[in-house]
Amino acid sequence: MRRAALVAGGAVLLAWPLLVPRYFVFLTSLIVVNAIVAIGLNLLSGYTNQLSFGHAGFFAVGAYVAAVLTVREPALPVVLTLALAGLATALVGLALGVPCLRLEGLYLAMATLAFGFVVVEAILNLDWLTRGNDGLAVPVARLGPLALASDAAKYYLVLAVGALMVAAAVNIARTRTGRALLAIRESEIAAQASGVHLAAYKTLAFAVSAFYTGVAGGLFAFVVGFISPDAFDVFLSVDFVAMIIVGGLGSIPGSILGAAVITLLYDWLAAFQNYRPLFFGLILIGCMLFMPGGIASRVPRRTPPAR
Amino acid sequence: MLGVEGLSISFGGLAALSALSFEVAEREIFALIGPNGAGKSTVFNVVTGLYRPSAGRVRFRGQDLLRLPPHRIARRGIARTFQNTEVFRQLSALDNVLIGRHAHLRGGLVRGALGLPSVWREEAGARAVARALLERVGLAEVAGVEAGSLPLGSQKRLEIARALAAEPRLLLLDEPAGGLNPTETQAVMELIRRLRDEGGLTVLVVEHDMELVMGISDRVLVLNYGRRIASGSPREIAADPAVIEAYLGSEEA
Repeated sequence: MRRAALVAGGAVLLAWPLLVPRYFVFLTSLIVVNAIVAIGLNLLSGYTNQLSFGHAGFFAVGAYVAAVLTVREPALPVVLTLALAGLATALVGLALGVPCLRLEGLYLAMATLAFGFVVVEAILNLDWLTRGNDGLAVPVARLGPLALASDAAKYYLVLAVGALMVAAAVNIARTRTGRALLAIRESEIAAQASGVHLAAYKTLAFAVSAFYTGVAGGLFAFVVGFISPDAFDVFLSVDFVAMIIVGGLGSIPGSILGAAVITLLYDWLAAFQNYRPLFFGLILIGCMLFMPGGIASRVPRRTPPAR
Repeated sequence: MLGVEGLSISFGGLAALSALSFEVAEREIFALIGPNGAGKSTVFNVVTGLYRPSAGRVRFRGQDLLRLPPHRIARRGIARTFQNTEVFRQLSALDNVLIGRHAHLRGGLVRGALGLPSVWREEAGARAVARALLERVGLAEVAGVEAGSLPLGSQKRLEIARALAAEPRLLLLDEPAGGLNPTETQAVMELIRRLRDEGGLTVLVVEHDMELVMGISDRVLVLNYGRRIASGSPREIAADPAVIEAYLGSEEA
């Protein structure tokens, strides 16, 4: 039953560019990109209880690393570019995660918020590399002889990478590492008493979260084809947090649903740009009041098969 | 096996433990008792590395524990339960026990993410161990239930199963009978006895329930205001005037 649903869903996703207009293909790519960020953020905030309002910063690092690499080395295979973007961002995540070990709650939120501003300033100041405020046109991604220029080609790239990253996240969540992260969220002292190295896993959560967000940032650069610092402002970080709150903290399917809902809302509300914070504020408050577990909590949970 | 020497610690100028020393022998069931606030749980928190004492030493199987962070102490073979229970509330009972298994599993981030066959084999093995432990403490039926929704008695037993999953040499039980009815207390006593007799565990237990303390302990140490006021076999303790005074108050008071 579940397998059949997965196969059917996969078939629809594969045929998607043939079924819908170009713009929806582009929009679906954005949803998948945001879903990867939301999963990464959820591993940090939903699983490990470390709130971040700085993920636009990681997203920007990934986008700029991928864009600059492609400008300098146009022949680089896109898979390698994305891996490098993810790894570079993971290093930044490590560098942020270590000093953040002593912070929790609001203080951690403030520190990550500040990190987001620092990244934007850095992009502006490194204008010889990033072209600063003028923005950077991202060359077409290449995979050997293939140039991924059309919306459909980009969509398939995003979909393939997204599927891999979702599968990896599901595996992580189900095994030792995911359980250790959840244990930290539930009780730090009991996690330690069970042999979980708090500092190592909290830092690891930062690095993995940054890796996901960096890869997504790289994909974003290729999908939109042009990046500039103002795309990565603090409101984007808030959008990412909104995705996991709407979708469900600590849930991978919830991350994907939340990313879809927020991305579509963003698209529909494009005409009301100035009211966006108002709408998002209302949605967040409504969600916390009436659906604190997010959309995922409203879907009946499967009982795990007895083994 | 566990040696505590001259342990002192104070909170905000209030001495919680003053120059406390005791020794727990291999395969012994050793009880720490005393009125509320006597410092019993503080001893646990120092031994497991959560508190750093101002003076004194803790040795475990010949090695100094005080330099080690809590997770390293756990990996040396000391597992514990908590007075007010610290189950992972939103996780299933089975997952709680699986986390107790953490130090015995090897699947890391990358191997887990890739979902290698070796990782799933290891997971299946860990699940079998965890289910057996749930069975042992009588929680097999609620393996899939969220731990926070279990009654207190079950949460206490779940903590014991989680602690056992780490295959410790020394088990620290903080009020295992707290909040349990007499039947449940009997079952916990039987379980502790079997852990020592069949599993070869050493048990350090803090408890108010005198039936449990007198029923299973080899030796008892009585604390009051962070100091030892008596120690010995349960029978000796029950007859000790200092203990009676600490518990019932002196006649002059």
